[in-house]
Amino acid sequence: MDNKIEIKDLSLIFGSKKGEAKKLMKEGKSKEEILEKTGCTVAVKNASLEIKPGEVFVIMGLSGSGKSTLLRCLNRLIEPTMGQVFVNGEDITGYDDKQLLGIRRKQMSMVFQHFGLLPHRTVLSNVGFGMEIQGISVEERNKKAMESVEIVGLQGYENMMTSELSGGMQQRVGLARALANDPEVLLMDEAFSALDPLIRSQMQDELLLLQEKVQKTIVFITHDLDEAIKLGERIAIMNNGEIVQIGTAEEILTRPANDYVTSFVENIDRTSIITAGTLMFKQATKARLKHDGPETVMRKMREAGVNVLPVVRTNQTFMGYVYLEDVLKLKKEGKKTIEDALISDVPSVYPDATVGDMLPLIKDSQFQVAVVNEQNHLLGLVTQTSIIIEATGHNEEDINKLIEKANEL
Amino acid sequence: MIVSAIRINVGDYIETAIDWLTNHFAVFFDVVSKIIGGVISGMENAFLFLPFWIVILILGALAWWKAGKGISIFTVIGLLFIYGMGYWTETMQTLALVLASTVLALVAGIPLGIWAAKNRTADKIIRPIMDFMQTMPAFVYLIPAVLFFGLGKVPGAFATVIFAMPPAVRLTRLGILQVPGDIVEASRAFGATRRQLLYKVQLPLATPTILAGVNQTIMMSLSMVVIAAMIAAGGLGGVVLKGITQLKIGLGFEGGIAVVILAIILDRITQAFGSGAGGGAASN
Repeated sequence: MDNKIEIKDLSLIFGSKKGEAKKLMKEGKSKEEILEKTGCTVAVKNASLEIKPGEVFVIMGLSGSGKSTLLRCLNRLIEPTMGQVFVNGEDITGYDDKQLLGIRRKQMSMVFQHFGLLPHRTVLSNVGFGMEIQGISVEERNKKAMESVEIVGLQGYENMMTSELSGGMQQRVGLARALANDPEVLLMDEAFSALDPLIRSQMQDELLLLQEKVQKTIVFITHDLDEAIKLGERIAIMNNGEIVQIGTAEEILTRPANDYVTSFVENIDRTSIITAGTLMFKQATKARLKHDGPETVMRKMREAGVNVLPVVRTNQTFMGYVYLEDVLKLKKEGKKTIEDALISDVPSVYPDATVGDMLPLIKDSQFQVAVVNEQNHLLGLVTQTSIIIEATGHNEEDINKLIEKANEL
Repeated sequence: MIVSAIRINVGDYIETAIDWLTNHFAVFFDVVSKIIGGVISGMENAFLFLPFWIVILILGALAWWKAGKGISIFTVIGLLFIYGMGYWTETMQTLALVLASTVLALVAGIPLGIWAAKNRTADKIIRPIMDFMQTMPAFVYLIPAVLFFGLGKVPGAFATVIFAMPPAVRLTRLGILQVPGDIVEASRAFGATRRQLLYKVQLPLATPTILAGVNQTIMMSLSMVVIAAMIAAGGLGGVVLKGITQLKIGLGFEGGIAVVILAIILDRITQAFGSGAGGGAASN
């Protein structure tokens, strides 16, 4: 089984007339119609998603979108009305109480928005709570709890009461408590939403660092798209109980599935998300340094309708550019190769370079930006225009007008 | 007359029910009577077996430990004053009856409160019964108590338990329902069973509220124990009753003052237990 967690056609209905609501839903009635006819609220509707092992998967939506409800179906704190939840390929919706406790104790730990710590206990005792419930001896759980306390950087505070700690520190305790069970999956429900922006950002960084070390499967709930983009390898966007799009941050920003997602991503700072890999176009026509003479290059330029070509060595290694005017000069001089016309001092980037990374490169260079892989093989080119479009949010027409104006000046 | 024709004889029905209970459960009441009687006389004997100054020292030390110096001094002086008035035996009898009734009320009340917190149907049934028990004029309980148990301390304790139990039930329920939902949810998410949730999370967090209920129960027991003197429960209530029936104003006030002193001591000490419980109930 490739997926750590798989949710299949999961729906959740609140209310007393669930049977009737279920029937109406199968008939394809909308949430509003179901509410009107049965008084039942459809909190989650036909949600399906797959989460891979070791992945940070973010479910994002505004309040009331059903994201926290969906998360609680994963450990059945809330019972799904319809559909299945597979963990390691096993359908846990059919689990009895004992199996369910096993899932909650060993496989999935949860971190809560308002921490959910026991105020009458010390940090260490809170962190060891999960193990205490499993009946693990005091010595062992204190030892493991201490390790966990150290992971989140709270050593020295272990004997304090949790009510004496700041919000950020309390959430560290919450995280340590979740890690202490050594679960395979971390469920994080708006874990950083209650914290100050500065602390939140710091906790996000630390979670990413931590994830490099522990490699858990993390399901993270948030209402903050910036947070989703920062943490999520893949993001599911929920609206009104339905998943409207699943994809990487970049896929969502570049190809929003509908107007709702579009309106969401509008205000995002795209320069740090959109990458060269997305913006580049594959340039089929290239000048080969040793093989192509000025005549050949000129013909290639004419065919492609351009006045500049990237130059590669025969093995596709990117060398630089040649311009039509320089090639013409060489031809007049009767040169056999284009080596003298090569401009090699040009920028190149890897596909994961962001627009933000590329902006300084185009500032004082009239070249396109070449995208290369680690062997320096040419993958494609990014035009200045497309970088500026992404950076400014203007469309191509606006940009061209701006450029014209600039030239007139 | 038409009005007399539609008269509903609730009194008759209750009488019939009580008669039926008395006739068919005589053995049961006998056993209950023996147990309650044993508890009360055990406590009474213990208090009276010890020299008065040892009892005063113990209570003074308890007050010092929990409620501080001022209350401790008040406890010692107040009890010495009662001893001086010559009501030591009666005070100890009353204390024994109050403590025995309180223990019984808590043994029944706290589990009922937990049940009411956990089960909505149980709550719906228990709540009106508690209202009934608490608002019915206290004297009324004395009648069935006498029918079931005769005269003496046991029916006194019985009536007291019924009158004093509601706050224990109510505040236990309230304390458990006041435990923040996210803490309960977190505990469930980590795989706590219902029992673990109750003992490791809900009861510890509800302790201050439950102790407030215990304090209320003790105070209500004390007030009822005095009334129970009417069915020969003895103690300080007996002194007051004698003052009333014989119109001895001095006697009445002496008994009354002793009750007040005892009430203040019990109230301050149990209140101190309640307010100290928030951080003190740490477990490992």
